[in-house]
Amino acid sequence: MSASVDAITSLKGKFPSVTDRLSSDCPAVNVPTGELIAVLQALRDEQAFDLLSDVTAIDWAEGAAPRFTAVYHLYSTTSHAAIRVTTPCTGDDAAPTVPSVVPLWPGANWHEREAYDMFGIKFEGHPDLRRILMWDGYPYHPLRKEFPLAGIETALPDIEVAEETKAKVIAAPMMGGPFVASAGEMNLTEAEPRAKDESWSERAAKPGA
Amino acid sequence: MATDFAFPDSAAKAAGAEQEFAPEKMSLSMGPSHPSTHGVLRLQMELDGEVLTKCDPVVGYLHRGDEKIAENMTYNQFVPYTDRLDYLAPLANNMAYAIAVERLAKLEVPARCQAIRVLTAEMARVSAHLMGLGAFGLDVGAWSVLVHSLNQREHLYKLFEELTGARFTTSYTRIGGVTRDVPDGWLGRVIAFCDQFEPALEETLSLLTRNKIFQDRTVGVGIITKADALAYGLTGPNLRGSGVSLDLRKDKPYSGYEQYEFDVPVGSKGDCYDRYLCRGEEMRQSVRIIRQVVAKFPSGDWYAKDARKIFAPPKDKILTSMEELIQNFMIVTEGPQIPAGEVYFEAENPKGALGFYIVSKGGGVPWRMKIRSPSFCNLSILPKVCVGTMMSDVVTLLGSLDFVMGECDR
Repeated sequence: MSASVDAITSLKGKFPSVTDRLSSDCPAVNVPTGELIAVLQALRDEQAFDLLSDVTAIDWAEGAAPRFTAVYHLYSTTSHAAIRVTTPCTGDDAAPTVPSVVPLWPGANWHEREAYDMFGIKFEGHPDLRRILMWDGYPYHPLRKEFPLAGIETALPDIEVAEETKAKVIAAPMMGGPFVASAGEMNLTEAEPRAKDESWSERAAKPGA
Repeated sequence: MATDFAFPDSAAKAAGAEQEFAPEKMSLSMGPSHPSTHGVLRLQMELDGEVLTKCDPVVGYLHRGDEKIAENMTYNQFVPYTDRLDYLAPLANNMAYAIAVERLAKLEVPARCQAIRVLTAEMARVSAHLMGLGAFGLDVGAWSVLVHSLNQREHLYKLFEELTGARFTTSYTRIGGVTRDVPDGWLGRVIAFCDQFEPALEETLSLLTRNKIFQDRTVGVGIITKADALAYGLTGPNLRGSGVSLDLRKDKPYSGYEQYEFDVPVGSKGDCYDRYLCRGEEMRQSVRIIRQVVAKFPSGDWYAKDARKIFAPPKDKILTSMEELIQNFMIVTEGPQIPAGEVYFEAENPKGALGFYIVSKGGGVPWRMKIRSPSFCNLSILPKVCVGTMMSDVVTLLGSLDFVMGECDR
């Protein structure tokens, strides 16, 4: 663990704009979007964080600033230290942007494609930014907070099949579940177990239907 | 050979099926339903004769939105979903997930609980590697290995069923403990399994290790260099097969792994044969760990008794005492109360490092949960390593990477 603390101390000497980030486990830093590549390169080349474990993003819900945060987890195969680097995405909600780290780690390719697929984050400089888990032409980014758990009715990926069968991808018929109670000071009706996603119920129609 | 049909998706375009379709190249789609893709992986390939010039894996056919689902339910409600990540080793997934949430809650589980988890995770590793080995053998034409490994897996499933109540989908851990203590005499049956398994494993491995046909198909095939393996974020036996000694059980011990002695096998060349050898040796080491766990199996609690907002009290108390009844009710409806914060925990699973990145704003439901699946990362190297290999070697390569699509697609 001390290796990551040392890494952060020397990183802050080199990049004054790097700030600490609250974390429950490994040391974590916030980096301005413009310095992300330089910081990650310094960590990889000077501090021996040679393995990029994971790239992902967080959606802090509509109205939050920044709305999207990109998260990078690095691991050192020599000192066995881990470090978390985060950066806010620039740009508007429709097309948040961060620089791509594929030039540093080719393994980031699929992770960034996944983050693009799920959140719509544009990774600038990515060699091949297209959807990976959802199909091409899918109109939504499902891990955004405004996307309902049940899904939204969309056309089938294959146009020919859709025309022939008139079938659609339909929202899951689960009536909003699973059910979770809310904690805190509230009356019994408010606190009773209910679905967190109430975009449709017996009273409200399915979105997109 | 000119094509008169067009692939509708960009995967085909990226593999050059449309624009750069040179007359002598052939475009071939393997999967998503193909016996050697071990699930619903599709490879969009461009072939020059029998040699691959491009390969674009298409994943996502088994995408279920586990991360979205996790944001909508309590921590304990998500445990059954972890079974279905790497469905060949559900017990190891259960453990990785539980430890991730416990790290977030800064909760230490008792030694007995840790020992139970290590024991089940190592049994899961044996079971997963057996399946990987059997399927790999099948891919390169060695039928009998699969039969041997399925036989041994059946013994393991009987033990899992006795412990957890289920053979496949065990859902064994809870945040702060496990669902139940080990049954009477179960540990003895685990040792009895080990006693008959060790010679059986040697016999199974002897069908492949010195087998001329198997060696011809695997030695020097699908070489992944050390630098490539690191650059693409490979983990588990695939990384160790390439000569990087990275095992999180040794390097960042969790759940009491530091008490047990075991060796980390490392390959030298990074070919399919090295990855096979690593898996074989890992099973021997797992049995070694299992014997040590049973030998010094701690007594005491098997769940975190003091974590009153996280782990439900014992059933007999719930049914007889008002306070425990309320406690249980709160945990079931509101979920285990986890403080705000974020945590990233990786466990050394059979396929590699399974990571959970959890962002909590407090309460019983995570704000964001990312599952870093080893199979996803291991497959991402395919476009690099497939180019220049023979079509028939792709099957060998896929078998040696030993991925599970349930985990890759989540």
